[in-house]
Amino acid sequence: MSTAADIAQAAPRLAVSALGTDALLFESLAPLSHEAQERILMVADQASQWRGVEEAVPGMNNLMLIFDSTQVSSAEMQSRVQQAWLSPVHVRRKAREFELPVVYGGERGLDLEHVAAHNGISVADVIELHSSAIYTVYFLGAHPGFAYLGGLDARLHTPRRAQPRLKVPAGSVSIGGAQTLPSGWNLIGHTDRRFFDPASATPALLAPGDIVRFRAVKALP
Amino acid sequence: MIEILSTGGLTTVQDAGRRGYRRFGVGIGGPLDSLAATIGNLMLGNDPEAAFLEVIIFPLKLRLRQAARIAVTGSDAQVEVDGQRFPPWWSVPVQPGQVVTLRAPANGGVAYVCVSGGIDVPPMLGSRSTDLKAGFGGFHGRTLRKGDVLDVLPGMHAHGSRRFGVLPPCAGLPMPREGDGNASSATIVRVLPAAQWDCFSEAVRNEFLTVTWQITPDSNRIGLRLSGPEIKPVQGMELLSHGIIPGVIQIPPHGQPIVMQCDAQTAGGYPKLATVIAADMWRLAQTPIGGKLRFQCVDMEEALAANRQVRDYVARVQRAMELLY
Repeated sequence: MSTAADIAQAAPRLAVSALGTDALLFESLAPLSHEAQERILMVADQASQWRGVEEAVPGMNNLMLIFDSTQVSSAEMQSRVQQAWLSPVHVRRKAREFELPVVYGGERGLDLEHVAAHNGISVADVIELHSSAIYTVYFLGAHPGFAYLGGLDARLHTPRRAQPRLKVPAGSVSIGGAQTLPSGWNLIGHTDRRFFDPASATPALLAPGDIVRFRAVKALP
Repeated sequence: MIEILSTGGLTTVQDAGRRGYRRFGVGIGGPLDSLAATIGNLMLGNDPEAAFLEVIIFPLKLRLRQAARIAVTGSDAQVEVDGQRFPPWWSVPVQPGQVVTLRAPANGGVAYVCVSGGIDVPPMLGSRSTDLKAGFGGFHGRTLRKGDVLDVLPGMHAHGSRRFGVLPPCAGLPMPREGDGNASSATIVRVLPAAQWDCFSEAVRNEFLTVTWQITPDSNRIGLRLSGPEIKPVQGMELLSHGIIPGVIQIPPHGQPIVMQCDAQTAGGYPKLATVIAADMWRLAQTPIGGKLRFQCVDMEEALAANRQVRDYVARVQRAMELLY
């Protein structure tokens, strides 16, 4: 585990852009890493508490800040984020561990063979590599409860589909570029775990920072 | 209570939106035209959080089982109460058993039926808005159908007999100035450059700002899909997923822009050319499928000034209502 001092030292530069008048997007200019993502999550937690901030939304190696421009200016938000980025308040988040049972292939894993072919390995290798890695939840987004995971084995990297699939059923397990899980990507299997419950005050099963493993329960042709 | 007698197909319960849950992947939902919905609630003396009906496809027919006041805002939908016509942007009393009909507006666009007290559905994650994609919130997480019966919360001003209207935004707000004197029937919508603005050549950006775009039929509450010339960045790019908001104009690989709407995914990865300014989102909502759009690039000062004009307009309506109620 890195200390707050370590984290403060190697701060990559941030690119800032506007999303209209009341939102800003901050993107780390360093390559995606666990450390950089941890910094993003820390700054997001901090920024959520600031006056005038509606929500701080972490992304993959980036952070979107939604604020009320009648209360705070874009310039003030930018300087506060830059400051927090250089010296984030270290919140020790309690990473929970989840093991998700996955049925690989079949109707709900239509792209399993494509992922194998693209990487020149067998379907059994894909399942072995995918289910033996340890993943970290980088952020939740796109659809309710959907988790973007870091930690995908480089031998499984597969570009996103040119034509996103129109319907992606809940519980789909997929690969897009170097990321794994959400929609429109290469579907390799499914899990019966429920990731989202709108009746709960914490509606998502997973939270950023959580550890995820996949356990192969079955491989369908 | 309100009984739905018939709907054109896409009528939902919405409120001001579901905020604070984007980091769980939950979008804000709420009305496509939040300005019209805000004014509708103001015209009834309602709480700004009160829920209402959003009508995208017409006609809509409903019967009130109680005395209530309603306000219909948004498009220029024709409103009838038991056959008697009222102009849009009016607030009128309705008696138990009376039937309210909204017919398709001549110029298209989304309409709002607000009712004194607001629609009573259970709040989910702090909002009564329907999330159609995830299937929760609003009335059982779905669009309304014939035979549905909605409860109404007690309203402060359900019983007055006064009938009145307000000046709609298209008359109460200044039009964006015409940049090139090329008057057309297109809706002019102002945008601010977004992160990948500079990844498009100046010629492509100029084309984006000068041509007339058409809204295609596969548009919905998630995004308005536009048809026009191919818009492509200088180089193809794959971005890491990041937060997006309604108004963001994404350019997918096929080069036809998508303007994200209130049911947009909370994260996206396509290049972002620009963002429609908040003050002009209602203009988008009031441009129908098949309608034409033109984009005008403004700077942050102009965008903030446009926001102020909208706030001033809302404040004027609010002051008038305080005198009435």
